[in-house]
Amino acid sequence: MTQYKMHLLVCGGTSCGASESEQLFQNLKNEIIEKGLENEVQVITTGCFGFCEKGPIIKVLPDNTFYTQVKPGDATEIIAEHVIKGRRVNRLLYINPETKEAVSDSKHMGFYRKQLRIALRNCGFIDPENIEEYIARDGYAAIAKCLTEMTPAQVIEEMKKSGLRGRGGGGFPTGLKWEITSKSQADQKYVVCNADEGDPGAFMDRSILEGDPHSVIEAMAICGYCIGATKGVVYIRAEYPLAVERLKIAMKQASEYGLLGTHIFGTEFSFEIDIRYGAGAFVCGEETALIHSMEGFRGEPTIKPPFPSVSGYLGKPTNVNNVETFANVPVIINKGADWFASIGSEKSKGTKVFALAGKINNVGLIEVPMGTTLRDIIFEIGGGIKDGKKFKAVQTGGPSGGCLTEKHLDIAIDFDSLTAAGSMMGSGGMIVMDEDDCMVSIAKFYLDFTVEESCGKCAPCRIGNKRLNEMLEKICAGKGTMEDLDLLRNLSYVIKDTSLCGLGQTSPNPVLSTMENFYHEYLAHIVDKKCPSGQCKALLQYVIDEENCVGCTACARNCPVNAIAGERKGMHIIDQSTCIKCGACLEKCKFNAVFIK
Amino acid sequence: MANIKISEQKVQQIEAICKDFNNEKGELINVLHKTQSLVGYLPAEIQEIIAKNLNCSVAHVYGVVTFYSYFTMIPKGEFPISICMGTACYVRGAEKVLDEFKRILNVPVGQTTPDGKFSLSCLRCVGACGLAPVVMVGDKVYGRVSPDGVKDIIKEYKQA
Repeated sequence: MTQYKMHLLVCGGTSCGASESEQLFQNLKNEIIEKGLENEVQVITTGCFGFCEKGPIIKVLPDNTFYTQVKPGDATEIIAEHVIKGRRVNRLLYINPETKEAVSDSKHMGFYRKQLRIALRNCGFIDPENIEEYIARDGYAAIAKCLTEMTPAQVIEEMKKSGLRGRGGGGFPTGLKWEITSKSQADQKYVVCNADEGDPGAFMDRSILEGDPHSVIEAMAICGYCIGATKGVVYIRAEYPLAVERLKIAMKQASEYGLLGTHIFGTEFSFEIDIRYGAGAFVCGEETALIHSMEGFRGEPTIKPPFPSVSGYLGKPTNVNNVETFANVPVIINKGADWFASIGSEKSKGTKVFALAGKINNVGLIEVPMGTTLRDIIFEIGGGIKDGKKFKAVQTGGPSGGCLTEKHLDIAIDFDSLTAAGSMMGSGGMIVMDEDDCMVSIAKFYLDFTVEESCGKCAPCRIGNKRLNEMLEKICAGKGTMEDLDLLRNLSYVIKDTSLCGLGQTSPNPVLSTMENFYHEYLAHIVDKKCPSGQCKALLQYVIDEENCVGCTACARNCPVNAIAGERKGMHIIDQSTCIKCGACLEKCKFNAVFIK
Repeated sequence: MANIKISEQKVQQIEAICKDFNNEKGELINVLHKTQSLVGYLPAEIQEIIAKNLNCSVAHVYGVVTFYSYFTMIPKGEFPISICMGTACYVRGAEKVLDEFKRILNVPVGQTTPDGKFSLSCLRCVGACGLAPVVMVGDKVYGRVSPDGVKDIIKEYKQA
């Protein structure tokens, strides 16, 4: 193996890929060959670094230099300056927004300082398409240890002791789940990896599969050993082509190395993995719906029990875990349950990956110990709110979660504290909102989503959510009444109590939590007929300011419904009854005379 | 009900796909994925062919096709435009971008322009939340799109 003096790690995640990171990688490679450095400097594509806000990212090892927003054209300079002359290219370094100083080492960046990467340990560090790099990072050591030194019961005991809970949203103890499935008697059992990440704004599972597919494969095999399954299935979204491709490459390599297939590590244990594609249905995140989809049916959930651990895929005992849950498993085996259990809070052990997005400075993928506060996540790691605006709310848990506010910022977040605050962990989506966001519209946005994604099997979810959505539409249009508020709340509880699966049982959460924390905004829409954040179109009024209007007629000429009257060089007036609130006048006025009331 | 006549060659290709999956009913979703990437969409006629080969009812196939948002019965345009309506994009103004596309192309979401050039759809999160709001045209991702930038994106493909 060649001993390289220097490594250039180029982020090949989807976000950076959309900003030409592939071209950048090619340019760096060409440049290195041109300078005859191919035996000294290695350029590789890695998985996501998490700092998506400033992509594309390049990290240089061993000096840990972190370049941000690198363009393909910067390749020549990086090679000539940094690689050959050993001088950092200062203009590409990350600038600390507070001190305005360039930060050369990623260890000193606010974004990384409070993070602890376990599930993401290899993302942005290894080449996901090269199994040897995974092995060099203790890859497949855990399965070796399990197969040769431990009995299935011992591995399950270790998992239980670690306190790992399902990262897909439910938070069910993983070890216990394995134990239950292991006790079911059957001629065949299945290990299923749920990679159908449907929560809009969450992309941790995809990043893990793109950046470290082997860790999932290894963990699935360990699970198979524990529960007595020889077959695994990854159920993955067809919308994730890159993740699918990397997973396929990884499976092929693992088979070639004898890490999948028959007699793994010379033992009696055999394991193989198959891929099934999802086709875009949020409800398929629910275990029973996912299993139906794998069998080629509509992804509709069924009543539990029987649980999949007793009767799942093709009627056989099936253990379903999420990608992030699996990614934690090899580390737990390697470093021990005690080590893992020492991280996190009392009832939630380890770390959690969050997809931080919305109105925040550092959008990206982060991993923090359970029990970190929202304040640390949003203001330290996330770098605060964009454009110096004021923090208003953070939505956790996606469409099933709730909106948390200022007063929740110091909660140490874990599965239980988030539920107690009226939200949930969910899969780890975290969307930050600022003062410009209307919370009634946000609730409506989530209900739009739920209405579309409801499978339609049970009436409370199918019909109830539709009615909720209609009431929210009415309120946003300024036609709501106080009676609607009571109806909203009552119906929400009925839907929660009577729906068949997790989708319906949690879908009213955005409504209830915004009503709880932002009741005044609902009142403003209903009583004052105003949208305090100016988001609800129907409640806006475009007005022309007498002082600033010079009578240029630009607004009147551009008004599609002729709602603006006024003489040339005279004051113009908008007729509110004709105005359709398209905003064309505001856009065309060069004198800042049109404003929204 | 199906009045689009697809070529004999396509029929054979679809039958071959079914055969690749052993004409097994349980492989329906895989068959539909392969067929859609071959033909571009899944009209009634194709669903009938698949149902016959997998030995299941057309109603079953139709039920699955209409359940999943990835499958479409309407042909996509030459340049399919998808606007990400994930939460991250939504709070950064994706709806206004969508409105602008609807206005300029004069088609609702899920439809294709009469000249067959553009089709408009929404999708849930491409996972490029750092670039929100995101628009995809074919496989190309456009990040940080503003309503003003919409006409430039369309212009890029109008000439093509």
